[in-house]
Amino acid sequence: MTAKIQLIGVKKRFGPKVVLDGVDLTIDKQSSVVIIGGSGTGKSVTIKSILGILRPDEGTILVDGEDVTHINGSARDRVMRQFGMLFQGGALFDSLPVWENVAFGLIQGRGVARAKARDIAIQKLAKVGLTEDVAFLSPAELSGGMQKRVGLARAIAADPEIIFFDEPTTGLDPIMADIINDLIISTVKDVGATALSITHDMVSARKISDKIAMLYGGKIIWQGPTGEIDHSGNPYVEQFIHGRAEGPIKMAVKA
Amino acid sequence: MNPFASIGSATVTVLAHIGRLAQFTGQALAGVVSPPIYTRLILGQMVRIGFYSLPVVGLTAFFTGGVLALQIYLGGNRFGAEAIVPQVVVLGITRELGPVIAGLMIAGRVAAAIAAEIGTMKVTEQIDALTTLATNPIKYLVVPRIVAAVISMPILTAIGDSIGVMGGYVVSVYSLDFNGTSYLKNTVDFAHQDDITSGLIKAAVFGFVVALMGCYNGFNSKGGAQGVGNATTAAVVTSSILILAADYVLTALLFHK
Repeated sequence: MTAKIQLIGVKKRFGPKVVLDGVDLTIDKQSSVVIIGGSGTGKSVTIKSILGILRPDEGTILVDGEDVTHINGSARDRVMRQFGMLFQGGALFDSLPVWENVAFGLIQGRGVARAKARDIAIQKLAKVGLTEDVAFLSPAELSGGMQKRVGLARAIAADPEIIFFDEPTTGLDPIMADIINDLIISTVKDVGATALSITHDMVSARKISDKIAMLYGGKIIWQGPTGEIDHSGNPYVEQFIHGRAEGPIKMAVKA
Repeated sequence: MNPFASIGSATVTVLAHIGRLAQFTGQALAGVVSPPIYTRLILGQMVRIGFYSLPVVGLTAFFTGGVLALQIYLGGNRFGAEAIVPQVVVLGITRELGPVIAGLMIAGRVAAAIAAEIGTMKVTEQIDALTTLATNPIKYLVVPRIVAAVISMPILTAIGDSIGVMGGYVVSVYSLDFNGTSYLKNTVDFAHQDDITSGLIKAAVFGFVVALMGCYNGFNSKGGAQGVGNATTAAVVTSSILILAADYVLTALLFHK
């Protein structure tokens, strides 16, 4: 297996607050990795660093072996074309109808004609279980679960090689969460993509991942195949996956 | 806290703001001249920024022209110079009040709307989403608004100038007993090309300032609803101040003899 994405010693601080303190993580091609960790441990910062939305202070990020840590402009756009991302709140463009949201990356990023992009958008919406009439609604008219589905359709619209999921099940009821989990598994398999998710929902993490990594104190403190997480022997992981208030992890009340 | 330390930290904050604004302006200007150019978005923004601002600019211009005529009449009356009303109205409107009033109205209407829209997009991660869809947010959001404002503002001001002169005409003819024909003749004879073009150049600069400050404050909004509210206020306040400051500088430059 070759590494699709590799993080080497990635560090990021905001003012005096060190968020990432040397993250090392390898994501193999066509694998599904989940990063778990409490709120404010830098899960989102990790993903945003890979996407180039944030710049790491130190360390290297490789995508397909290419150093993408400091690239800009058209080189960044070229790398971004193989990414898709599902945002926590959906992050749908509320000025555009649903189909244009899904087709956005095709029309703006890749110059596909609007009529053709609309057909592709309607196909992708069908893949996440949404009918054609939804395509012409505005995102504000949709429920939270439907917005997540549209976000998922947008993430897979351009058949990306890498898909990121930011808290895909947060804020959904357990049934909708499971539906989204199933959709994630099927869509990732469908396009043969590499997936990286961040979540603190252990049910979701176990279901959608091949490998789990736990982020704590700005470092990956444990990583391994999903099946081994119950025998990690790591007290931090034990506390987190069982959701105990008592343990080595002290929740910072003040950010 | 040590007073020197607070002066120092305030200075650093201000300089950091200026630096970020300069960097943002540079990115926006680079975006204007490099492809892709989103023509559809520019036209859409011209409708929102320019066309929908016509009623408010027209109304304020009308009343400004009217009150200007009245004040000059009353002031001129003190030394028997009432007849100068049409000349001073056209000069005041085209050189100064037309662009400045339109600029301030646009600052209230458009800078606020831009900052609120982009600020909301920022806090709901829509701007990050643009990046993940291989679209540069500066080019997609900022450039169309700036280009549209720079094109729309001179047009709005030209219309506002005409309505302002008409406001002066209406007040002079119907309330101050001026002869309508000679009022118009005096207006046309007195106004120079330079009076009008200098006002339109100012208008273009004000349009740039308004769109830039709306976008900059929106992009830098933090937190939730309160952050967006703060960004909106900051956009209106900073663009209004910058318009008046730029007005002075431009007047000094354009009429430098």
